[in-house]
Amino acid sequence: MNENGLSRTGRRRPRRVADDAFFRTATGLVGGIVILITLAIAFELVRNSGLSIAKFGLRFWTGRVWDPVSGEFGALPFLWGTLYSSFLALAIAGPIAIGIAVYLSELAPGVLRRPLVFLTELLAAIPSIVYGLWGVFVLIPLVRGLEKGMPDALRKFPLFSGPPLGVGMLSAALILAVMVIPFSSAVAREVLHAVPSSQREAAYALGATRFEAIRAALFHGRTGIVGALLLGLGRALGETMAVTMVIGNNPQITPSLFAPQHTMAAVIANEFTEAADDLYLHALVEIGLVLFAVTLVINFLSRLLIWTMERSARTVPAPPAPVPLPSAEPA
Amino acid sequence: MTRNRRRRLVSGLFTGLCGAAVVLALIPLIFILFYLLKKGVGALDLSFFVRNPRPVGEHGGGFANAIVGTLILIGTAALFAVPVGVTAGLYTAEYRGTRFAAAIRFAADLLNGVPSIVVGIFAYSVAVLPVKRFSALAGGFALGVMMIPIVARTTEELLRLVPDALRDGALALGATRAKAALSVVLPAALPGILTGILVAIARIAGETAPLLFTAFGNRFFSTRLDQPIAALPIQVYTYAISPYEEWHRQAWAGAFLLVMIILVLSILARTATRRLERMHRA
Repeated sequence: MNENGLSRTGRRRPRRVADDAFFRTATGLVGGIVILITLAIAFELVRNSGLSIAKFGLRFWTGRVWDPVSGEFGALPFLWGTLYSSFLALAIAGPIAIGIAVYLSELAPGVLRRPLVFLTELLAAIPSIVYGLWGVFVLIPLVRGLEKGMPDALRKFPLFSGPPLGVGMLSAALILAVMVIPFSSAVAREVLHAVPSSQREAAYALGATRFEAIRAALFHGRTGIVGALLLGLGRALGETMAVTMVIGNNPQITPSLFAPQHTMAAVIANEFTEAADDLYLHALVEIGLVLFAVTLVINFLSRLLIWTMERSARTVPAPPAPVPLPSAEPA
Repeated sequence: MTRNRRRRLVSGLFTGLCGAAVVLALIPLIFILFYLLKKGVGALDLSFFVRNPRPVGEHGGGFANAIVGTLILIGTAALFAVPVGVTAGLYTAEYRGTRFAAAIRFAADLLNGVPSIVVGIFAYSVAVLPVKRFSALAGGFALGVMMIPIVARTTEELLRLVPDALRDGALALGATRAKAALSVVLPAALPGILTGILVAIARIAGETAPLLFTAFGNRFFSTRLDQPIAALPIQVYTYAISPYEEWHRQAWAGAFLLVMIILVLSILARTATRRLERMHRA
């Protein structure tokens, strides 16, 4: 578009070209700040975790002892807590998010659709701190009641062992699930939207029930659906405030849903301002670095999957290849 | 026949489960909104808005410092993020096919996915560590970093909505590309971009994690950019985890105010977007 014939022949060409070049460079430079910031985040995280990386190496991620006083830092309990809570949350949120996406894009009557979409979006708009507040004063007492009511026979399982505190993994996973649902369901809805309607029509034409037709559509969009779930996982891994307020902040590795545990984001939030010496600070930043790297990879993967799916959906011709009109053919 | 009945049954069950999923997700929402109304509204009074926190044990006090602090933080963030975000969006929309535009878009997407606590660490090491002091400026910077990708992507999307014919017309009349972009395309998309900024503000207004070790919070009233400053979300957090009944009450009020601000911003943005859509269709 830059090379349009008019500007080439006009007398004012040099100025025009100079103007355009200036505009392009100036906006490009400012726009480049976005790239710069992303790189700077990576750089700063690496720079400020050097001491810890040099001293502990991989041992940092296999060690179970976190003792700032004696300078011993092992981050495995935090890694465990982050992964456990996020996957639990995804296990709860995944089916619900897909169900919502299916309902809103395939089943909901027209009048209900808009308000329901608005309400699910509202779920995403509520800040983390408000979820945390609600978690502390409403969810935790509820979960404690649930834990107290658990039959003794079940308590023998490691999954349900420990005193019924309410504060712990279960509360964290539940609150994370609620926070993840709107993100995953929004993307899953987009994915279903991108599935060509010919897929469903074909299924119905073959006598499929509603479920079978939707299953066909879901299958067609499966890469995108996985992408939607991954996006939710990325959100859950980095979530800080709500989790730290309900999980109990106790670094231990246990499968128990009732036990207070800790996460990577939570330990940073709790201890960062207390980090008295450089090694302590670098250890915390290293946790941040890994959190950054992991969410980066997961978000990248999820975008790739969604993009691949939407692209392939677009290339599936909805009607069979259009018959070219004779007049359109070059003579 | 029985096989078909089973298929219909499965189908009905599936439909029901999908509806149930929606209900299941709305229960916590209603639950949260209910408690915000029940506990938040009761604690909202004039002194909440005009008083600063009182020492522990003394009755009364309010969130005036935090309300002003949040406004200052949002203002600082916007001052830095809006020019950068809008320009980045302008570039990616105007030169959409280029490799550099793709790189900016990609970086914005990555930045959007960075956990907010990590943005906090970044702002700490850039704006706190060198001067060895928590400050409103550092907090505003952290929020700005979170705001940039949102503004950039909405700007790009809205610029793309502007019909190509407008730009082509300007170019055909002899305008330079810069002139066409700045005085034809950008103004056409301006109302949309303003709503995009509202959406971005709604998203960062409640962020707590990036402020914990940048703005840090402040028990006192402060408007200075080089000093620690109070913020609504931080104050809600410290009040919520405190053992005092009176503070819990105020935490609910603070949370209610926060959600109200976000709700109003979102609804404003929404109605504006809808009006824009109608305008474009006409």
